[in-house]
Amino acid sequence: MITAGIDVGSLATKAVLLNEEKIISHEVLGTGIDIEEAVRKAMDQALDNAGISFEDVGSIVCTGAGKKKSPYESEEATEVMCDARGVLHLYPKVKGVIDIGGENCRVVKFDHEGNVIDFALNDKCASGTGIFLDAMAKALRVKPEEMGALSLQSTQDIEVTSMCAVFAESEVVSMIHRKMPKYDILKGIHKSIASRIYGLANRILLEGELVVVGGIAKNIGLVTILKELMNSELIVPEEPEIIGALGAALLAGERKG
Amino acid sequence: MITAGVDVGSLTGKSLILKDNEILSWSLIPTGPDSSETAKETMDKTLKDAGLSLDDIDYLVSTGYGRVVVPFSDKNITEITCHAKGAHWFFPTVHLILDMGGQDCKGIRCDETGKVTNFAMNDKCAAGAGRSMEIMSELLETPLNEMGTSSLDIKKRLAPLSSTCVVFARSEVLGYLHEGTHKNDILAGACEALADRVYTLLKRVGIEGDFVISGGIAKNVGVVKRIEEKVGLKANICFEPQIVGALGAAVFAREILEKKAKRKKKRPR
Repeated sequence: MITAGIDVGSLATKAVLLNEEKIISHEVLGTGIDIEEAVRKAMDQALDNAGISFEDVGSIVCTGAGKKKSPYESEEATEVMCDARGVLHLYPKVKGVIDIGGENCRVVKFDHEGNVIDFALNDKCASGTGIFLDAMAKALRVKPEEMGALSLQSTQDIEVTSMCAVFAESEVVSMIHRKMPKYDILKGIHKSIASRIYGLANRILLEGELVVVGGIAKNIGLVTILKELMNSELIVPEEPEIIGALGAALLAGERKG
Repeated sequence: MITAGVDVGSLTGKSLILKDNEILSWSLIPTGPDSSETAKETMDKTLKDAGLSLDDIDYLVSTGYGRVVVPFSDKNITEITCHAKGAHWFFPTVHLILDMGGQDCKGIRCDETGKVTNFAMNDKCAAGAGRSMEIMSELLETPLNEMGTSSLDIKKRLAPLSSTCVVFARSEVLGYLHEGTHKNDILAGACEALADRVYTLLKRVGIEGDFVISGGIAKNVGVVKRIEEKVGLKANICFEPQIVGALGAAVFAREILEKKAKRKKKRPR
């Protein structure tokens, strides 16, 4: 049976199509203002990529911040559950996941069957999320996707002391005025975010081998620092953004079956 | 006796000159990237207005987050202490002070002499500071000094903005605008949310006694009115709420000199 998972995030909408639990296609698009439209587009694109039509899809599960606005007759699943399910499917031995998205950050601990044991979430404050990094990238005039690699060129430690994204922006601007090297500022920014995520992970005593997912998992600078800080092996999947949608698609199969 | 106070805040530099117990002059300027330069600029302006030079100042106290880098200061004192002192100078019966600046917010309790007995502070999050209003002002294209009155002229009462973080509130506001909500209604929601945060902070130090609001936010009548409603107290606001810290610093400078003079009298050589 073909199943679909759609993860409607605050910044990106992801769709995954599975055939008997094997990924046949996926799609990642910006969410924008019209959520229904974003969901339809992501689904159509994923169907196109797989060369199948909507009628072939047996079951759909939606997750993410905008899951209630799905235009389809679909079921819902929590982001926490989908993260756990998606990670376990790819890495059967892992017992925890760190999901760093556009407007929130989540850590989940689960057992070998994917049952959630504990989780912690920051969705109140931009610090420790993708939008914080975007704001800093803008201030430093670098592309968000290049931040991580650039920060690895840093030669000295500097500290960004502000936790708040708004205050950190002014702090970074004053660092630029003082002609501090871009690389070092970037590393300082990543350190600040990493310590927030580390604090969240500590709240549920997350340890051992972990998987990092979400769009920000692609930031090598952040993952490197997080690895040192947590003293854990961190795995980043090839497509870290689609893990939630993958979990949703797996749940779609289970619920139907 | 001529004393002065300089208050280098995150967004504004303030200075004030006191002759005995009378305010001679004061000035406010935006804080630049170099805090000691900002201190110099505001002090020069204030001196010029009073027709004085730096040599005429007998003692100068600096305060504010940039207080340690004021090159011509005789002593630096924390802004919490200075705000209580300044508020007490204007309103001798004050026991509760709210000072909201650009990047922080303080709730202060003081005794009948203006001495601090307790305080609570937020300097971690922009949502409870003046900066949040600046961001809303830019977003809703309403000048800062008109926000308060606009926020009281509403068509429909919205719930306070639900996002804690200002960064997220930005998207919330854009959503409202997209739906065609009138900007005054959104402004009201922003003021309401800020007043809620202030109320929580003030509760931590205890709400009772005569109440003073100082700092830039005191100029926003929309926020002030909503705070008054929540705390159930009338707010006393002086003619220029942003100079209260600098005034407190100048009053401290005078008291320090008076103490020195007394000591000299006691032990004549």
